[in-house]
Amino acid sequence: MLDAAILGAVLASIVAAATTLLIAALGELVAERAGTLNLGVEGMMIVGAAVGYATAYGSGSLLLGTLAAVLAGVMLSLVFAGLAIWLATNQVASGLATTILGLGVAGLIGSNFVGTRLDGAPELAIPGLTDLPIIGEAVFGQNAYVYASLLLLAAVTYTLARTRIGLVLRAVGENHAAAHALGHPVRPIRTLAVMFGGACAGLAGAHLSLAYTPFWASDMTAGRGWIALALVVFSAWRPLWLLGGAYLFGAVSILQLHAQGFGLGIPSQLLSSLPYLATIAALVVISALKHGQGAPASLGVPFVPDR
Amino acid sequence: MPLRLERQENISALRHALAPLVALLVTLVVGAVMFVLLGHDPLRAFAIYFIEPLGDAYTLQELVVKATPLLLIGVGLAFCYRANRWNIGAEGQYVAGAVLGSWLALATHASEAGPWVLPAMLVLGAIGGALWGLIPAFLRVRFGSSEILTSLMLVYVAQLGLDYLVRGPWRDPQGFNFPQSVTFDDVALMPLLMGEGRLHAGIVIALIVVIAATFVLGRTLIGFSIELAGSAPRAAAFAGFDEKRVTYGVFAVSGALAGLAGIIEVAGPIGQLQPTISPGYGFTAIIAAMLGRLHPVGILIASLVLALTYIGGEAAQISMRLPFDVTRVFQGTLLIAILAADVLVRYRIRRVEGTSHA
Repeated sequence: MLDAAILGAVLASIVAAATTLLIAALGELVAERAGTLNLGVEGMMIVGAAVGYATAYGSGSLLLGTLAAVLAGVMLSLVFAGLAIWLATNQVASGLATTILGLGVAGLIGSNFVGTRLDGAPELAIPGLTDLPIIGEAVFGQNAYVYASLLLLAAVTYTLARTRIGLVLRAVGENHAAAHALGHPVRPIRTLAVMFGGACAGLAGAHLSLAYTPFWASDMTAGRGWIALALVVFSAWRPLWLLGGAYLFGAVSILQLHAQGFGLGIPSQLLSSLPYLATIAALVVISALKHGQGAPASLGVPFVPDR
Repeated sequence: MPLRLERQENISALRHALAPLVALLVTLVVGAVMFVLLGHDPLRAFAIYFIEPLGDAYTLQELVVKATPLLLIGVGLAFCYRANRWNIGAEGQYVAGAVLGSWLALATHASEAGPWVLPAMLVLGAIGGALWGLIPAFLRVRFGSSEILTSLMLVYVAQLGLDYLVRGPWRDPQGFNFPQSVTFDDVALMPLLMGEGRLHAGIVIALIVVIAATFVLGRTLIGFSIELAGSAPRAAAFAGFDEKRVTYGVFAVSGALAGLAGIIEVAGPIGQLQPTISPGYGFTAIIAAMLGRLHPVGILIASLVLALTYIGGEAAQISMRLPFDVTRVFQGTLLIAILAADVLVRYRIRRVEGTSHA
């Protein structure tokens, strides 16, 4: 029943679903490795989706839309950084505030675009590779966002593990007092890390509204920003593990769609709740296995010099 | 830019009380900018949004009706947040309470059940919310999983569960295929307090909860152990307070109050189960708890302020064709402004001379 073409198509849709999560989670991972827990991802993602869609719709350019989405994510991340890093307010509350604001702003922007449609991002074939059976379409027949997510993964992995910037960033996340004593500017570094996270969340939003489902719907992120946060825990703060986590969750969300299509007699709502239940299960398994100890030591602790 | 936050000792009560007011003011300024950007006269918009709803008896009742769930949930969240436990899934606990409480209303529908139905529904609602709230507490205590993420994921699960019930087994067979349950019988509805309007007995329950919570948090050993667990967990452990019991306790209380709010809303203004039974009360209550400084009486005032953003949002939707998201922007801005104002009250920003690196 499952021939290669169908399998290839399913794999391709899993990759597409996973890409949003992978991009957003990479950004959050960088912010958290620098010691900042940013619960604003969901808000930054939906603002990115709205601004990206509005810009692309108005300009006719997906590239402009994407850039605008990234910029919007960064702008909102500055609100969060101002609160959580510079005013040293509680990070959980600051992140929630950012998400609530982001949902509202996105709704306002998006309200003019309800019912419209865009031509989604085109698939970029790579000659030769795309024609491979099964994995050809899944891996080499995707749009630019998918390739960007993989490049981003490679860049983050390399930067964190192999460069001086990565070393300083990790030091700030592990022990901000020591990093401060060594002369590293803790708060500017954290701000940059959070801005990177905001840019990624915005890009993830753009992928959602410009490629994955090329139309606007309010609340279209549907908790993906929160799942991205959970993925960071799931990965034990290691970027390469994010790849596995994101694709696993992409698979869960695609398989529930297909299961609904087959009409197995299982309530669709139960299937729809699978990604959320899977997130809880993953969090429990990871924390039970004590992988959670990979968390940066200063995560969630505001840094105030000389306090 | 060498700036430093300097802790202020002996902050006057006035400065503390001022912070929420400053936050409100800042929110209004941001709101004015937003209205201008949306192409509306800010003064007219403010009048429609914030002033006119206060003008007649009907909308004043609505204000209290909208404030009731915020107040109940917010007081519950204060228990959690004082203990430094981050329950942000109150929306799910609200839905769980509404579902379990409604089960009884549907089970006794069109029977000769007496006036015991409503009280039993309220108890079931509280139990439903508490059980839903105890899941993240259990996962945190037993496995160390982040209660922030698990409580939030359970919001989506609860909403999908409700959706299944009202489209499936609990759908009104005479409802023209609308996804909703039957309308509750009179014995399963909250009694109205006035002849006309929608003001119902829920506010009485909420006020009793405010008084009880003020007493428990301020005057009892339970309140003290919650406070200590939140502010000085090691001291709490030395003093013999069991951290696990505090976690279970605060999640049970906040879940129960959120569930109570859910069943009160369904048995009150709504009167039946629907796919959507909350315009985000569970999340807005987080703001109510913060704005009210985690004090039940403060949360009472904050709930009324936030209820006004709902009423104003509905009015602006109708008369100015503004999307309801204006309300969310106001609420988010308010929370940001409170967090910032709090810091500026407690600390003074000083320019630092010399070579301090940030």
